[in-house]
Amino acid sequence: MGERPAAERLHDFQEVDGGLSPEEAVAEAGRCLQCKKPTCVRGCPVEIDIPAFIARIAEGDISGAARIIMENNLLPAICGRVCPQEIQCEGQCILGVKETPLRIGDLERFVADHERIQGPVIPLIAEPTGKRVVVVGSGPAGLTAAAELARLGHAVTVFESLHEPGGVLVYGIPAFRLPKEVVRAEIDQLRAMGVEIRTNHLAGTSVPVSDLLSYDAVFIGTGAGLPFFMKIPGEQLNGVYSANEFLTRVNLMHAELFPEYDTPMRHAGRVVVVGGGNVAMDAARVARRLGSRVTLVYRRREEDLPARRAEVIRAKEEGVEFVLCANPIRILGDPFVTGVECVRTEICDPDDTGRPEPAPVEGSNFVIDADMCIQAIGQGPNPLLIRKLEGIRYGRKGNIMVDEEGSTNLDRVFAAGDVATGAATVILAMGGAKKAARAIDRMLRGSNR
Amino acid sequence: MFRVVKAEQLAEKIFQIWVEAPHVARNARAGQFLVLRIHEQGERIPLTVSAVEEDCVRIIFMAVGKTTLELSTLKAGDSIRDVAGPLGKPSEIGKSGTCIVVGGGAGIASCPIIARAARAAGNRVIGIIGARNADFLILENEMRESCHELHIATDDGSRGFHGFAADVLKKVIAGKKIACVWIIGPAIMMKVTSKVTRERKIRTYVSLNPIMVDGTGMCGSCRVVVGGETKFACVDGPEFDAHEVDFDLLMQRQRVYFDEEKAAVERYHEHSCQCGTGGHHG
Ligand SMILES: Cc1cc2nc3c(=O)[nH]c(=O)nc-3n(C[C@H](O)[C@H](O)[C@H](O)COP(=O)(O)OP(=O)(O)OC[C@H]3O[C@@H](n4cnc5c(N)ncnc54)[C@H](O)[C@@H]3O)c2cc1C
Ligand code: FES
Repeated sequence: MGERPAAERLHDFQEVDGGLSPEEAVAEAGRCLQCKKPTCVRGCPVEIDIPAFIARIAEGDISGAARIIMENNLLPAICGRVCPQEIQCEGQCILGVKETPLRIGDLERFVADHERIQGPVIPLIAEPTGKRVVVVGSGPAGLTAAAELARLGHAVTVFESLHEPGGVLVYGIPAFRLPKEVVRAEIDQLRAMGVEIRTNHLAGTSVPVSDLLSYDAVFIGTGAGLPFFMKIPGEQLNGVYSANEFLTRVNLMHAELFPEYDTPMRHAGRVVVVGGGNVAMDAARVARRLGSRVTLVYRRREEDLPARRAEVIRAKEEGVEFVLCANPIRILGDPFVTGVECVRTEICDPDDTGRPEPAPVEGSNFVIDADMCIQAIGQGPNPLLIRKLEGIRYGRKGNIMVDEEGSTNLDRVFAAGDVATGAATVILAMGGAKKAARAIDRMLRGSNR
Repeated sequence: MFRVVKAEQLAEKIFQIWVEAPHVARNARAGQFLVLRIHEQGERIPLTVSAVEEDCVRIIFMAVGKTTLELSTLKAGDSIRDVAGPLGKPSEIGKSGTCIVVGGGAGIASCPIIARAARAAGNRVIGIIGARNADFLILENEMRESCHELHIATDDGSRGFHGFAADVLKKVIAGKKIACVWIIGPAIMMKVTSKVTRERKIRTYVSLNPIMVDGTGMCGSCRVVVGGETKFACVDGPEFDAHEVDFDLLMQRQRVYFDEEKAAVERYHEHSCQCGTGGHHG
């Protein structure tokens, strides 16, 4: 199996990475040193017992491996595909010192895919507690909280504002990186566990806050979906997009299939994508698949790109041109975009995030011809519901303030995922949601409201 | 799935649909909108909640694009795949004196619900509705019932005053103390009409209709410039201070998909002719 050649995958949205075959998986698992003090586990945000599940694969006991993973990670098929393993488990693997680290992410995915093909397994569900919990948002945080709470015997209702559940997993991350069947399987499993998912419901308006608070507990997993723009001249021109809009039009609405699907997307000969994270890589690679020539502009250096390493490499293979140490200062056109004016940057001292701060080099301006500019410079929590939750504490960037266990300052209201951390990762959203679900369970069992 | 309870044509190219959507109906207030998607292949389009009755909401639209053409073929008993809402901020209605609600073309759809709310809040409400000609005029009776006073204008004089709603507005405000004005219609009509109240500095709201995708603040497709600042119409609006809105930019951004929309309509007409399923033949 493995990766499909770039020339082939540019013509479709099928998954790029075919994954490991059973033989490859067993052989790869055999490389594990079974360290007494496994550093990989320390690198995992949810502390999966990695050596133990790898040992099961080596023995050919895939279901056993799955059980071990599922103790800590409820979304392994997704995390195996999208986690930044190179800075987590694989980054800590001792094998990496001399050779390549163990392919832990690929093995996790192999196990999860194997299990999915066997058909859904409904986990044991505890006796109904008679408590009702409402979950807002159906991204990784909401899905995890819902699954965990349902398993513990609580009646769970999920409200999702879009027409399809999954959050970023369905509208943001493209199918060639995360096939939609994988997400759908998770959602089907939730439904089979008795979780009610109500799409088209925007909490705060379709469901008033007073209704939310009438549940025994509230979990907020509304993510960080509000796109930032650079605030440079020309941003209102036709052909300037947030990555969220561009990706949503394609991933969720299937603009690539226009006119069979009704959502349109302009054809752009040349596209400039601004940013260096996963969102930027995804936008660039989607634009390549729509037939555009794509230049990605990032203000720092190659080694500073926050995207998953594998996706940077794949983006390059697929012909995305990288212009590093440069930053757009103006978008040109009237009324359609014709170019993006950039300035070179030079790397100065680290900023307060510890990353080197780029500074513009005077007089270094240059123009990249383009008829579309996609901005992937970050997103923040959507304030819509947060502002309606009277008295809830939120931070300077609009993120809900929570303690270790995901509880907010409001009674019976919890939050986790991007809405609490700011835009982060699937695994952190999942890990945070799981902790919050446990805390909700303790609270509901402790009290007899 | 959301059931269509009633569907009918109101005027030339203008249709109304009552759809059962309790989550929207129970929570919608004047000035808010919903986003719908007819079927799995459909696009998400925003439409004003123009009236509410128990668990049903009414939408009114002009059949001009592929989606609205298709919507116009729906009959009672059919269903709409997705209806999300209510979205956007409600109209700012307080007790302030005399209010005027001006509607142009299909924009009249948004007027009665605002007029009724303003009247219920204790204001004197004057309505002005305008259309190209009598065949395009909608909701006349409903507006007459909702307002204390109603004026009608048509471009060709086929009904009411011969001229634009803006001309009528000019006359109506002359020498009167007016607390606030709502103007709802095509962008160009809102631009022209809101000039009338600018000099007198009368508080004037317009309801903006940029291209939207999610309608919840997630994509920025709907961004407009108001008072020099970028706003997302779906969450910061759709109503804004008319005298601060950059209408030219709004109209520019409404044309992003002009070519694609045209192609989609042509294809729709061809397709509905061939398969004979009774698509609307414009
Ligand atoms: C393009 C893209 C690529 C990414 N790639 C990676 C990657 O490779 N690896 C990785 O680990 N992470 C990646 N991330 C980040 C990761 O997807 C997020 O950290 C994660 O999805 C956060 O999960 P969440 O559940 O907190 O929020 P989200 O996934 O954002 O889900 C929030 C959900 O809540 C809904 N919602 C919001 N407000 C309301 C409301 N008021 N009422 C009802 N519903 C509401 C939204 O519609 C949405 O469905 C990527 C993000 C993007 C955008
Ligand atoms: S329509 Fe997407 S942000 Fe307004």
